[in-house]
Amino acid sequence: MPLIEVNSLNVQFQTPDGEVTAVNGISFVLDRGQTLGIVGESGSGKSQSVLAMMGLLASNGRATGQALFDGQDLLTMAPKALNQIRGNRVAMIFQDPMTSLNPYLTVERQMTEVLQFHKGMSRQQARVRAVQALDAVKIPEAAKRVMQYPHEFSGGMRQRVMIAMALLCEPDVLIADEPTTALDVTVQAQIIALMRDLQRDHGTAIVMITHDLGVVAGLCDEVMVLYGGRAMEHGSAESIFYQPTHPYTVGLLGAVPKLEQGDHALVAIPGAPPNMARLPPGCPFSERCALAEPRCVNTRPTLSAIADRPAVFRACHKRVDEVMRYADALATGEVSV
Amino acid sequence: MLTPKELSGLVATLADPHAIAGDSLAPGRSLWSDARRRFTRNKAAVFSLALLILVSLACVVGPWLLPHAFDSADWDAMNLPPTWKNAHFWGTDDAGRDLLVRSLIGGRISLTVGLLATLASVSMGILWGATAGFLGGKVDAVMMRIVDMMYAIPYLLIAILLVTILGREFYLVVLTITVFSWMDMARVVRGQTLSLRSMEYVEAARAIGVSTPRIIFSHIVPNLLGVVVIYTTVTVPGVILTESVLSFLGLGIQEPMTSWGVLIQDGAKVMEVSPWILLFPAGLLSVTLYCFNFIGDGLRDALDPKER
Amino acid sequence: MWSYTLRRILAAIPTMLVVITVCYLLLHATPGGPFDGERKVSAAVLANLQAKYHLDLPLWQQYLLYLKSLLQGDLGASFRYADWSVNDLVANALPVSLVIGGGSLLLSLVIGVTLGIVAALRQNSAEDYLVMLLGNVGSAVPSFVMGPVLIIVFAIVLKWLPAGGWNDFELRFMILPMALLTFINVSTIGRVMRGSLIEVMHSNFIRTARAKGLPTRVVVLRHALKPALLPVVSLVGPLAISSITSALVTETVFSLPGLGKLIVNGAGNRDYTLVLGLVVLITVLTVTLNLLVDLAYAWLDPKIRY
Repeated sequence: MPLIEVNSLNVQFQTPDGEVTAVNGISFVLDRGQTLGIVGESGSGKSQSVLAMMGLLASNGRATGQALFDGQDLLTMAPKALNQIRGNRVAMIFQDPMTSLNPYLTVERQMTEVLQFHKGMSRQQARVRAVQALDAVKIPEAAKRVMQYPHEFSGGMRQRVMIAMALLCEPDVLIADEPTTALDVTVQAQIIALMRDLQRDHGTAIVMITHDLGVVAGLCDEVMVLYGGRAMEHGSAESIFYQPTHPYTVGLLGAVPKLEQGDHALVAIPGAPPNMARLPPGCPFSERCALAEPRCVNTRPTLSAIADRPAVFRACHKRVDEVMRYADALATGEVSV
Repeated sequence: MLTPKELSGLVATLADPHAIAGDSLAPGRSLWSDARRRFTRNKAAVFSLALLILVSLACVVGPWLLPHAFDSADWDAMNLPPTWKNAHFWGTDDAGRDLLVRSLIGGRISLTVGLLATLASVSMGILWGATAGFLGGKVDAVMMRIVDMMYAIPYLLIAILLVTILGREFYLVVLTITVFSWMDMARVVRGQTLSLRSMEYVEAARAIGVSTPRIIFSHIVPNLLGVVVIYTTVTVPGVILTESVLSFLGLGIQEPMTSWGVLIQDGAKVMEVSPWILLFPAGLLSVTLYCFNFIGDGLRDALDPKER
Repeated sequence: MWSYTLRRILAAIPTMLVVITVCYLLLHATPGGPFDGERKVSAAVLANLQAKYHLDLPLWQQYLLYLKSLLQGDLGASFRYADWSVNDLVANALPVSLVIGGGSLLLSLVIGVTLGIVAALRQNSAEDYLVMLLGNVGSAVPSFVMGPVLIIVFAIVLKWLPAGGWNDFELRFMILPMALLTFINVSTIGRVMRGSLIEVMHSNFIRTARAKGLPTRVVVLRHALKPALLPVVSLVGPLAISSITSALVTETVFSLPGLGKLIVNGAGNRDYTLVLGLVVLITVLTVTLNLLVDLAYAWLDPKIRY
């Protein structure tokens, strides 16, 4: 049985402008020790899907569908049961370590409470474990620093503290919501390396939410590309990176600046992120797609497997070879968009 | 590099704060029409506004329409509860004076004091706050220190002291109230000015070359206007309340003038026997204060872009 | 922490000095004021005034001597009553005001915070609307209206409690005034607590706490309460000051022999020096209270530590 199985997850929000569907029919499977990267722009629904799984949606949000963890549906679980799983078997770290740690409590208090609550440890035992955890994420002078407040740590160290805190109960799954976005590039690399090591040492499955393809390349086995709340392409990291089959994925990869680019202008996907309250009836990317046809705007393409590559799924009306030709043209500079 | 034509087009765009919206986004809505929409959606606020206008009209026009003068004694209608007799709709007090007329006249005074004192304290508050915020640095620090000191002083005590020494002329009452009502506005205006000065879009506009008066008019004034309106509606009930308290304690408006506070004091003295003398003016005062509160809340929701 | 305390104390002193000086000068400088020499006072009172206020010395010396006597705890002499010094009058009145005012402030903090928490956690429910309604009533209806209304209901119609008066801390005289003050303060405190807690519960660190699987009780009490209390704490200062205002009204409405009544009567009697002495006393008290509130705030928020 897979560790996590998400089936047709939908997330809707009630807003003054009407009902907005932030996540539309997302499905994925995660096995032990696997890493899944969920990639997309701001507003693509990537954060809301995992927040829905963890029961952390805002009060005007509603999730439907299924999110099975070890066979149990997280979406319909009673709060008490969900609390046994959160922080214990499924842990989550967030984007902004500055505001995600409680500035009014010491790091020690915030770490020991997890162990006290989930593992029944005493305060002293928990403190010892906390110091060990901080050591493992390479916080210097852990025993002294554990008694400090979050604002006494630097940004990168705070994120390490969050990671240490998340791994205290040795969870089966770690969900990381853009953990490196708020950090400098060098610190980013350290955090990613740290997560790789921890995964190797503990066998934790990781769901990594990010908009940064470099992060995905460094860490993930499998990648799911979201746009407008829907999955555009879903496959192994190799196939996504080396043989993208969706115009959006192609655009994303083309938009990454490369050193060998030389004088070629930066390729950007034209247009702006979609207004989630007014999506077209067809493919959400059709408004900005260079290959779009009328049927793309009107009929929604379903996510389906590719004939000769069963492990890759795409939601596009255009044929695979058309898209790959477009990708080549972009790469050689024949077309600029 | 941008062509001169492109550059001037960009300047025009940045100079107009309402012009920045994309095609795929919802149609741009200006701040004021948005605010007006939100305000009118707030039924309590709209109702309060209507009620307040009604009360004000009644106070101004009412005494002319009623057959009694506010100090004329009706000898065969002394101390009556509300009745149709002699058109004493709210009853009379123990000197035979019609309560409705007295309440409306009292309303005139209370509202006038409220208006005058508000005007004065709002002006002072804006001047103080804008100066402090604009000049910044040490001047700002000193000016705000003074505001803090004013807050720390129990105003009613000083008001009592002033009234004890200087007397209870009308203008002195207004002055006393003003002296202690300007601080909220000053603090808020100063805060707004400070943050507006360093807003990124102001810096950007300046970098592109938008002229300073343009910046002030398009960006700073509209934002200041918002908080000024909100805090004025917060100041007015406070001022009316202060006058009422002073008058209630016998230290505000003097005979022969009357205000709601004075009427309530009179009413409190005889409330065991003739409770209506207390309840009607008290009701009028409470309704007015309520209306201001709801209007203030409505305005705050309407003008504050951080919707919850 | 100590240097912060010291700095706050030093900052409070100018405020007190300014108030005292302004009031003092008002008393002396205004034409028609008490020390004008034209006021007719009884010989006994005049003798008292000469002694206490050194009216034959130059003004600045009078002022300094006044400050000195203040530091020694002497608040001056009454302008009307030859036998009584301000200190005497205060000694009788202060306990009454402290018990009524201080007691209701404490009570309203406890009740207000609890109600605010309940309302915040059950947003848009019946309990929430009730708290909000109470809040609106309490803040818009003035105390001098609600007081008489309470008297009409409980003393005149129901005849459960006396309409006012005082008998040496007898409970039945304390109930209505304390209820009035508590109700008014609970409205404000409850609303602020509710709003503050709702806002804190939207913070990222609360989301983290919930993601850690902590039960709601722990999340609210351990993670959310401290930051949510900060606005309430900073409210205590202005609330105490307005309690003084309310005390003036309450003691007048219920005929309680407290400081408020003393001031109002003093003002009505044109007992200038009494009013001056009381103003000075209460200003010192409020400034001290504000100082304590500032210190409590710093103690609660670890980011303000020196």
